[in-house]
Amino acid sequence: MTRKAWMPALAATAAMGLAACSAGTDSDGSGSAASDSDVVRHSLDPFPSTYTARESGTTLIRGGTVLDGIGGEIENGDVLIENGRISAVGTGLEAPDGATVIDATGRYVTPGVVDIHSHLGAYPSPSVSAHSDGNEATQPVTAEVWVEHSVWPQDPGFEAALAGGVTTLHILPGSANLFGGRGVTLRNISARTVQEMKFPDAPYTLKMACGENPSRVYGNRGQSPATDMGNMAGYRAAWIRASDYRDSWHDYWEAAENGEDATAPTRDLELETLMGVLDGEILIQMHCYRADQMAQVIDMSEEFGYQVTTFHHAVEAYKIPDLLAENGACAAVWADWGGFKMEAYDAIRENLALTHANGACAMIHSDSDMGIQRLNQEVAKALGDGRRAGLEISDGEAWAWLSSNPAQALGIADETGSLQTGLRADVVLWSGNPYSTYTRADQVWIDGALSFDRRDEDQQPVRDFMLGQPGEGEQ
Amino acid sequence: MKAILPALALALASTAPSLAQTYAVTNGRVVTNSAQGIIADGTVLIRDGSIVAVGADVTIPDGTEVIDADGGWITPGLFAPFTQIGLIEVALEGSTTDAGANDSPYSVALDVTDGFNPAGTHIASTRMRGVTRAAIYPSTGHNIFAGQGGLVNTSGESDSVFENGSFVYADLSQSGASTAGGSRPAAWAYLEAAFNDARGYPGRFSADHEGDALNRFDAQAFLPVVRGRVPLVLNIDRAADLRRAIRFQAENTPVQIMIEGGAEAWLVADELAAAGIPILLDPLRNLPASFDEIAATLDGAQRLHAAGVTVAYTTLTSDGYYNARLITQHAGNAVANGVAWDQAFRSITLTPAQIYGVGDRYGALANGYAGDVVVWDGDPLEVMSSPTAVLIDGEMTEMDSRQTRLLNRYINITDETPFAYRR
Repeated sequence: MTRKAWMPALAATAAMGLAACSAGTDSDGSGSAASDSDVVRHSLDPFPSTYTARESGTTLIRGGTVLDGIGGEIENGDVLIENGRISAVGTGLEAPDGATVIDATGRYVTPGVVDIHSHLGAYPSPSVSAHSDGNEATQPVTAEVWVEHSVWPQDPGFEAALAGGVTTLHILPGSANLFGGRGVTLRNISARTVQEMKFPDAPYTLKMACGENPSRVYGNRGQSPATDMGNMAGYRAAWIRASDYRDSWHDYWEAAENGEDATAPTRDLELETLMGVLDGEILIQMHCYRADQMAQVIDMSEEFGYQVTTFHHAVEAYKIPDLLAENGACAAVWADWGGFKMEAYDAIRENLALTHANGACAMIHSDSDMGIQRLNQEVAKALGDGRRAGLEISDGEAWAWLSSNPAQALGIADETGSLQTGLRADVVLWSGNPYSTYTRADQVWIDGALSFDRRDEDQQPVRDFMLGQPGEGEQ
Repeated sequence: MKAILPALALALASTAPSLAQTYAVTNGRVVTNSAQGIIADGTVLIRDGSIVAVGADVTIPDGTEVIDADGGWITPGLFAPFTQIGLIEVALEGSTTDAGANDSPYSVALDVTDGFNPAGTHIASTRMRGVTRAAIYPSTGHNIFAGQGGLVNTSGESDSVFENGSFVYADLSQSGASTAGGSRPAAWAYLEAAFNDARGYPGRFSADHEGDALNRFDAQAFLPVVRGRVPLVLNIDRAADLRRAIRFQAENTPVQIMIEGGAEAWLVADELAAAGIPILLDPLRNLPASFDEIAATLDGAQRLHAAGVTVAYTTLTSDGYYNARLITQHAGNAVANGVAWDQAFRSITLTPAQIYGVGDRYGALANGYAGDVVVWDGDPLEVMSSPTAVLIDGEMTEMDSRQTRLLNRYINITDETPFAYRR
């Protein structure tokens, strides 16, 4: 599992001393360049992950049908979990001493589901005005906001998603703005703080939005953008400012490192995030429905020298799979949502399968606190429709839409999204074929720790909000 | 001129049956929803729009067009119990929707079937997933009363509406409370006042007096509800509000109440069963999405069935105009959460038909029922299954839609014919 070239090498970033040191300090010891101590550098990670995995046992899940998330299917397969990691996948594995052995006969074993598009925590349940924290819809460019500052970790939607096998999820700001702010990748664990949920070392992302939403929100207020062309002008104006900002910092760093008398530019949160995109450290996750708009955004990304990692919703991806493949942009889509606005009018049920079959990177996403609970069924629908259209796609191949492809598009595919030795033991044991309506997740492991068990109420998390409520403990 | 009028009238009155022929749908697992139960390998014979034989050993007359189910499933057409198909083409484009009327001076009198467009493109995509009948409802706006719902088929033909004035829909949830002035007491007071206005019609409207809640036109339209001839569908989720509705029904005999929503209905299941109040429920609702639905659970459907409540399944959380076609997935998940398959399947076929008083004509495969028959390539509640043929009123329907046309245009991306020339 290798990262694509456009994904940041996080370890390298940290080693360059960019992690955290402000003027005259070296408090976290990350300033590896000794002569660098007077150079102003702002932390790239001021809200660091405090995630710690729960105790993992040694677990052998034996005799199930294993879909490994990268195309493979193993009949009568075994998955061995040790120290929180996948330690072996195959057939006829020996159970180490002290291992918990689970008979998976007749059941399926898959990687945990990765949802690349969720608003859990930012638009939590219950939907109340006080918790409507997903759109900073006060101006069209708000690259300075970070959705992790809006996530309420007590959203009961998290545990409902867990019961659907979701082990990792990416929370995005909404799509009211051209630049909506930074997204955050979370482990689907119960925690008191967002930092505890943050996926260690996952790259940041930036949410952008095409089309009707920004132009409707701001056009209705009589301000720009009011049109599609206003949208494009708004993005480009921001990228021009970001390019200047990046140049000013790069010039400053070069001068300061050469011992010249240089003054650091004034810090700007908005432009700092955009600079991160231009420097390849922050991944673009862009809401975009129409084929023609995606094509224009791709040209714009070339104009300013950045990569669009994923187009979200992308209901017309099936019209331009060649263009997406050529530019290394993925499509994260629904199985069958559409019709709710003009840019969703050409939605077809074969979008996911057809985009994939024509060579582009495609995946399922939920964008919904309901859909996230059954993403396996969403893929089943897409797979069934694709096969009826004559596309030959195996069960194993389709699971990539649920795990390894979204993991790849989030820059975490070397950590999760597939059942490969050494990866995090994020595993779901399904009651049957997960492409059946009647199948449910029986057990879910996160980093090898049993985190959900349908038959054991003690292994079913209940968020604070539900305590003492009439529905406490209900699924 | 006069001479041709009778012939024209006759033609209009009998469009469907006069063109209908005899079909035999055979070689499949037949779900009858009747005393015949499930027939492992059976045949359904349809003549002149109606079913004339169902069984394992049906003799197929000469000249019958045979539809081979190829070992798949043969079922009654699905009946979506609460949708807005044909009312909305593009939800966010107000010019393409007739779901609600925020600025109308009328409320109860609004007949939603006046807005139904059988040519809407989502009709075909809904039909292709096996939905042949649907109840359509108006949205509430400035008033707790949305108007009157009706019943339609999904043939796309000009005679798709087969009943109007089927129910009156009103919002008594937290949003209805807000509409009525800010509290639930305000909403219930308004409902009580509306009942009094209708009871007093036409007397209290003489000499240009208006009603307490309703104007003359709306009060007249509300009379069948007050007299118990047309059901009143109330949007309610919270358990306390459901109890209030049960009391309202008891105090306003002979009114018939039905509940749409019902997220917390399982908490009141025995009382609802005793009151004979049916629930139009989305079995997938399980989040505390509002303070009205804190107790929502995937086990709700199963608990309501077990208590003897009449339950039909909606697609509320998917939407009701574009994805009413997902009704099979919603029902399948009810099965995954403890509902018997037969019960779940009835909740999207015969039960909705019975709720709306047309269960002797729709929702089952039995002699005398309409020829609404769907052939599936597998278990209809499985998400990977799909219909292969859909008959409505004994007619084969087209298995294509605007969406399949788009698929066919773009399935071969390397074809050199410019896209707009591919049809």
